[in-house]
Amino acid sequence: MLELKNISKTFNPGTVNEKLALNNVSLTIEDGDFVTVIGGNGAGKSTMLNAIAGVWPVDEGQILIDGQDVTKLPEYKRASYLGRVFQDPMNGTAAAMNIEENLALALRRGQKRTLRQGIKASEREAYRELLSGLGLGLEDRMTSKVGLLSGGQRQALTLLMATLRKPKLLLLDEHTAALDPKTAAKVLETTETIVNRDHLTTLMITHNMRDAIAHGNRLIMMMEGEIILDIRGEEKMGLSVQDLLSRFEQVSGKEFANDKAILG
Amino acid sequence: MNIASLINALPGAAAQGLIWGIMAIGVYITFRVLDIADLTVDGSLCTGGAVCIMMMQAGYNVWIAMLVATLAGMLTGLATGLFHTFMGIPAILSGILTQLGLYSINLKIMGKSNQAINVDKYDLLVSLRYIKGVAFYKNTILIVAVIIVILIAILYWFFGTELGCSLRATGCNGHMARAQGINTSFNRVLGLMISNGLVALSGALRGQDPGFADINMGRGAIVIGLAAVIIGEAIFGKIFHNFALTLLSVAFGSIIYYLVLQVVIWLGIDTDLLKLLSALVVAVFLAIPYWQGKYFSKPVKKGGSH
Repeated sequence: MLELKNISKTFNPGTVNEKLALNNVSLTIEDGDFVTVIGGNGAGKSTMLNAIAGVWPVDEGQILIDGQDVTKLPEYKRASYLGRVFQDPMNGTAAAMNIEENLALALRRGQKRTLRQGIKASEREAYRELLSGLGLGLEDRMTSKVGLLSGGQRQALTLLMATLRKPKLLLLDEHTAALDPKTAAKVLETTETIVNRDHLTTLMITHNMRDAIAHGNRLIMMMEGEIILDIRGEEKMGLSVQDLLSRFEQVSGKEFANDKAILG
Repeated sequence: MNIASLINALPGAAAQGLIWGIMAIGVYITFRVLDIADLTVDGSLCTGGAVCIMMMQAGYNVWIAMLVATLAGMLTGLATGLFHTFMGIPAILSGILTQLGLYSINLKIMGKSNQAINVDKYDLLVSLRYIKGVAFYKNTILIVAVIIVILIAILYWFFGTELGCSLRATGCNGHMARAQGINTSFNRVLGLMISNGLVALSGALRGQDPGFADINMGRGAIVIGLAAVIIGEAIFGKIFHNFALTLLSVAFGSIIYYLVLQVVIWLGIDTDLLKLLSALVVAVFLAIPYWQGKYFSKPVKKGGSH
């Protein structure tokens, strides 16, 4: 489904702030995989997701989605393959537009935007049903501006938008990190439900080791722009936080440097 | 101070306000919908006036002349848009570059710094002379009002289409727009073209109104446009939520601006100071939302809980 072949990316090359963010990363994700990604700050997790999404071009390497080479495609064209949810709840939705308008924009992802009406009456019923599935009461506020919603509500809506048109790959970039624990759990639960229902191939970054272990069928750990651990199948199912920390120390030779991740 | 002279001047001021209202709607599209402060306006307004006057002098029908003026305005928006998206220049600087370049282009269109057109010899659509003592269907105020209503109807329809919605999303949140497969660069260029098309149309009417186009006719136009947007929002923002009504409030804002200006002139202020006054008034109004956020807001709980 997704194939990264020797991807490298250096930020601010030739300056004092030069940073090798991705170092020759290769990764293959199979159809239906739910991969969780963990790692310390600056490990390259978000950089990898942004490389896949095409936020900027990579320096080297090749990115294939469903066998198609997308390395040279601009971000907005790759969007037809991808559903994305960001860490900042403000990023995934248009605040000045209302809930149904946001959903209508998402429904047309990957399609030509014409001079037909932006939202058809027949769509509204479907939106209402999907929104009521979130259990947040948003189905009764479809003409409310998204800017009036809470962070958790916006993240749940973004999740709905990312999956409204079934993506080949769902990219979740620490999408619960900015939420309080209760809301985060709820959004994660919704994520799990949607991913299972639609059999979505998913790549989820999280700072929380327990979440990384509890969700998905494969776990990747990154450090200094490289993938240093790749645990899947049976082994992943029996994993504990302690196992993960000792595996990390074994591979890297140092302690895991992210307090939030250990405590989480 | 003769109150009769003020009352006498008000219809003319209202007509002028309406004509500038079309430009203000163009400014609203860039400033509020696209979130770009587009300074092309000062140049493209004159381009509209110059093209319209020169075409009419050459014997073209007033409607053809206004249509070509609008298209010329769209080209100026295209230039700014390409500076911004294709060449990666910040939007505000792109507008300044186009504006400067247009000074030369406008001179070349007119051949000199101003060109007049005689209302008695040409069949103008609007004129200072068509405000009092003409048949109602020839009245400039009515004609411009009808044009504005038609333009608002078209814009209301357009911003409700799939393409129009994607343009709004582009201005609101570029991240989200691109993640939803929207070509934000294309949309920025398109928005700048629509906006400057409207500005040039306003310029075409603005040229006919006093009967001449002048190389400096657009100077400070962006400030008048912003003033109209801000006044419209301040007065009608609480009651008008619908997009069409918001555009209408911008046109009203422009009329109010000109009526107030007329009163200020009537009060006897030195007219040399008018532009300074406009600049200061707009600066203060632009600062209000910032000050409200900084000094008058109650602390809000951070984070994303329900």
